[in-house]
Amino acid sequence: MVTPVASVAGWSARHGHALLSTTGHLARHGLATALTVAVMGLALALPLALDVLVRNVRAATGDFSESVGLSVYFKPDVPESKARQLTRIASERNGVASATLITASEALAEFRAQSGFGAALDALPDNPLPNVLTLRPKPDAASPAELEALRSYLTAWPEVDSVQLDRDWVLRLGAILELLRQVTLIAGVLLAAGVLAVIGNTIRLEILNRREEIEVTKLVGGSNGFVRRPFLYAGVLYGALAGLIGWGLVAVAQVALAPASLRLAAAYGSTFQLAGPTLEDLGALLLGGMILGWFGAWIAASRQLSRIEPRSA
Amino acid sequence: MIRFERVSKRYPNGREALTDLSFEVDAGEMVFLTGRSGAGKSSVLKLIALIERPTRGQVIVNGENTTRLPQRRVPQFRRALGVVFQDHRLLMDRPVFDNVALPLIVADSAFRDIDKRVRAALDQVGLLGRERVAPLELSVGEQQRVCIARAIVSKPPLLLADEPTGNLDATLAAEVMGLFRRFSEVGVTVMVATHDLPLVRASGLRAIALDDGHLGAPPADIDGYADGHTGG
Repeated sequence: MVTPVASVAGWSARHGHALLSTTGHLARHGLATALTVAVMGLALALPLALDVLVRNVRAATGDFSESVGLSVYFKPDVPESKARQLTRIASERNGVASATLITASEALAEFRAQSGFGAALDALPDNPLPNVLTLRPKPDAASPAELEALRSYLTAWPEVDSVQLDRDWVLRLGAILELLRQVTLIAGVLLAAGVLAVIGNTIRLEILNRREEIEVTKLVGGSNGFVRRPFLYAGVLYGALAGLIGWGLVAVAQVALAPASLRLAAAYGSTFQLAGPTLEDLGALLLGGMILGWFGAWIAASRQLSRIEPRSA
Repeated sequence: MIRFERVSKRYPNGREALTDLSFEVDAGEMVFLTGRSGAGKSSVLKLIALIERPTRGQVIVNGENTTRLPQRRVPQFRRALGVVFQDHRLLMDRPVFDNVALPLIVADSAFRDIDKRVRAALDQVGLLGRERVAPLELSVGEQQRVCIARAIVSKPPLLLADEPTGNLDATLAAEVMGLFRRFSEVGVTVMVATHDLPLVRASGLRAIALDDGHLGAPPADIDGYADGHTGG
């Protein structure tokens, strides 16, 4: 009869022993351990890097999507006075935060200044540009349906030629990001399978290297569970170290890219800052690495260990 | 302690190593297992240690009919067995202490017991104080004694030895045999497979002689027997 206290003590003794001997073994084979862990760490870093990238692009474009608006192009024959009157009407409509008129002459002056086509424009008999009204919706009235309703309302005016929703490009970007997110997911699954294969192969070689030790252990009464235990611990340790390295690589990349991203943001007049991987990411990568490591080691050990039986007494 | 009942063993390659073999060893007895290379000595030891299973017949060890023992209970069964090898099979990358402690560790013994019992076992083979030494720094005779310490550390009721003196000179061999006799005096059943007939005769103990898988003539009646170098 085994008392509960004795069985707990026995449990912690055998797991403590397995963990200690495994840690010692990995440390003694430092270079091989480092190479395996580096390969696995790279494999884990890639999906995390993609994920962090998607999150950053999302955060950066979040600023822009708040400034979504409509551009209302008046017909060329609408005079400036009429356009101003319509602008006032539009600005009083519910859900409109601001309505700004860019008159045809203002637009022409700006175009002349910026494009360098001044001489060509002089050759034109008339100003080819229409009066344009830009509308900003209030933040609580910026849903796609409400913007669509506003567009229908404006399109119905006889003086309006066309209404363009600035949201179109935001939607396209959103679709691109969604695609990228799915690519991340697929890459994650493939690389996880790669990690599993690396772990499995490392543990398989390790078992073959320690064949003599396994035979002797089985001869003195070691169960399959006992001989498998240190290899499972090795898998979990490999996975944890790989998770740490993977996260570290992405963190270092963020630090390295931060100045360049700041310059890019500044060029767009934004104060956006590149975000690095979070502590939650570290937890997820450690946990994921440990689960993959355990599972890969378990597969390899279950396949190999039952084949190794003592051959001589 | 050991009973073979009409045991035959045929290997997958078709060779019949043992044919209709029956013998018995009492608890606390020390016996030799003799015979030429290929006579079946190793097969007998493998059947007792459950490394092989008999093709026909029954092997009863320590009151347990091993023929019916499921594979998952084999580790537990082997913990009641000490095995000494000719080539000692020590783990060369571990110090003496770890090698001797292995049978206790696989049996989940408590740490303080392990320390005490490893020292006791090393004391019995005259190697107390060498716990931290690597096996490679030891002489052949000392390595063999570490192997014996590993075999007795869990105090098994049955000790098997396969050519334990095969690599030792006469003085060391006599020393090792003296150790085995002391274990049998305290109640351990000891079975020693050997082709060293002078040693067997000098002991005056019972010998089970094997000849081509059968019981053969007692070795005392045959001369020029000790040519073989490896176990059969």
